[in-house]
Parts: sequence; structure tokens; C-alpha cells
Amino acid sequence: MLVAALLGLLVWKVAKGSDGGAAAELASGRSPAAPVFTLPRLDTDGELSLASLEGKVVVLNFWASWCLPCKEETPRLQRAWERWRDKGVVIVGVDAQDFRADAKRFTRRFGVTYPVVYDGKGSTLGRYGVTGFPETYFVSRDGKLVGERVQGEISDEQLERGIAAALSASP
Amino acid sequence: MKLVAAALAALALAAPALAGGDPPRAADLEAELVCPTCKSTLDQSDAPVARRMKAYIRSRIAAGAGADEIKQELVDQFGPGVLAEPPKRGFDLLIWWLPLGGIALAALAVGALAWHWSRSRGPDVAEAPLDPELERRLDDELARFEP
Repeated sequence: MLVAALLGLLVWKVAKGSDGGAAAELASGRSPAAPVFTLPRLDTDGELSLASLEGKVVVLNFWASWCLPCKEETPRLQRAWERWRDKGVVIVGVDAQDFRADAKRFTRRFGVTYPVVYDGKGSTLGRYGVTGFPETYFVSRDGKLVGERVQGEISDEQLERGIAAALSASP
Repeated sequence: MKLVAAALAALALAAPALAGGDPPRAADLEAELVCPTCKSTLDQSDAPVARRMKAYIRSRIAAGAGADEIKQELVDQFGPGVLAEPPKRGFDLLIWWLPLGGIALAALAVGALAWHWSRSRGPDVAEAPLDPELERRLDDELARFEP
């Protein structure tokens, strides 16, 4: 009985862990709801909930301070934030699997002013299907993942294209 | 008297060191902690985050932190998944006790089955009464050997 229960748990875990998260649905041409989260802010006190950004286009960038391509793309994200922030677009950095102090140093060094949340345990990674850093998603105003999932360092063109796709997909 | 005083002074000086124990070894901690991105122990990993964690461990040892303290700090940052072995407390104790409990249950079940099996066997052949006809024939046969 106990062995059967443990085996069932193992099968469920393996099946659940290998579903590829929301990224797999996005790759198959669907627009899944962006997995919601509420995480502590890294740049200030308090928490940030993805749900609280409904009505805005969100560029969700997963990163860590030890990731080299993240250092290359962060100035690009900061520029995009400065360009789009008054047009209903929010860039949200999700710092994951990282030392909080390192991440704070990183954001200070690169002059990041867009909101950044801290997910040291990486609780959001599996639900999104993040496989490495950096990785970027675009969320439409109604909370759905749209456009391209960008794995690795994002270019200015990919950023503009993703934001445009999210704006046009939004109701 | 001087000798006793010297011994007591030596003991007093040694006590804090004995209480604190030896400083943890980085290699031991690296074998007990897991890199969060590649899931292998730190001593087996060269991933960027593993390198950063190793540097952190060394800096904390140099600052005089104990093994448990360093592990807890890493758990606070990265979650309990960084421990190669689950902690032996709270709900995680189940991971240690379930297999032992399973073995104990299995031993009890085997014992109970063996006891039940031994009890359900009929009386020993030696104790069973002989068929009167067979007993009479046996007596006749044995009587032939009597002088």
C-alpha cells in the first residue's frame, strides 16, 4: 500500500516536472496565462504581484547576477524601460537562484530602475519553463504570454518585436 | 599547588576552543551542498552559481562561521533544495523514518505470518492417536519379535 502510494507520487512528480511549463504551451502556438506570482521586491521594500500589473504589457526577464549574458542585456532592458514606461509597458526583472546581496549590487552597478523581484529558490522557473538565464517573456495586457520566448541575451530588435506583439495582442 | 593552578588555567583557556570545535572544512561543506542550477554537489560542479557558492563558503569559514550556520544561510538564499541530504527535523524526518518504518512493518508482517502458519498446522504426527486397527496390527507384528 505504502509502496504503491510512493510509486504513484513518483510518477506524478516526473509527469508534472517534465511538462515544460508555460513555455511549452507558448511554443505550441497557444497563448497561455502567464503563471502568477507574488515575490519580494529587490529594489525596494514590499512585494510585487504579477496580477497587480494587469492592464499593462509586461516584459518578464529572468536573470541572475552570476550570469554573464545578463550583464550584456541589462543596459538594453533599462533603455527599453526608459523608452516604454509611459506607454503602459513595465519591465520586471526576476532574479532567481542568486544571492540577494549580489543581485542588489548588480542592479546598482547597472543603474536598473525597473522593478526587480527576488526569487532565490527559483519557485517561478518550473511554472514558466525557464531552462537557463537570461530568459525573457512578454505578457499581454490581459495576462497572457504572447510573442517569442527569448532564451539567452535579448537584442534590441527582439525587445521591440516582443513589446509590439504584446501591445497588439492586448484587448 | 602551582601545578594545579597551571592545569586549571590551561583548561580554562582550552574550553572555548573545545566548545567551538574545529572550523568546518570547505571540501566537506561542498560535498553536502547542491548547485541549484545543475543539481550536482558543489564539489562536482563548475557552474557559475556553484563557483559563487564555493567562494561564499570560503569567505564565511574565514569569518569564523560554523558549518550549520553556513548551510542555513545558503538555505535561506536558495531554499532547502541546496542540501544534498534533507534535514533531520520536522516533516523531513519522514524521509529518514519511512524506510525504517517500512522495514519494521515488513518484519512484523513476516513474523505474524510465520506465527499464524505455525499455529494453523495440525497436531504433530507423533501426538496423533493411532487408528485402533493399525495399533492392533502393530502390536501383533512386535509380538513376533518377542522372545
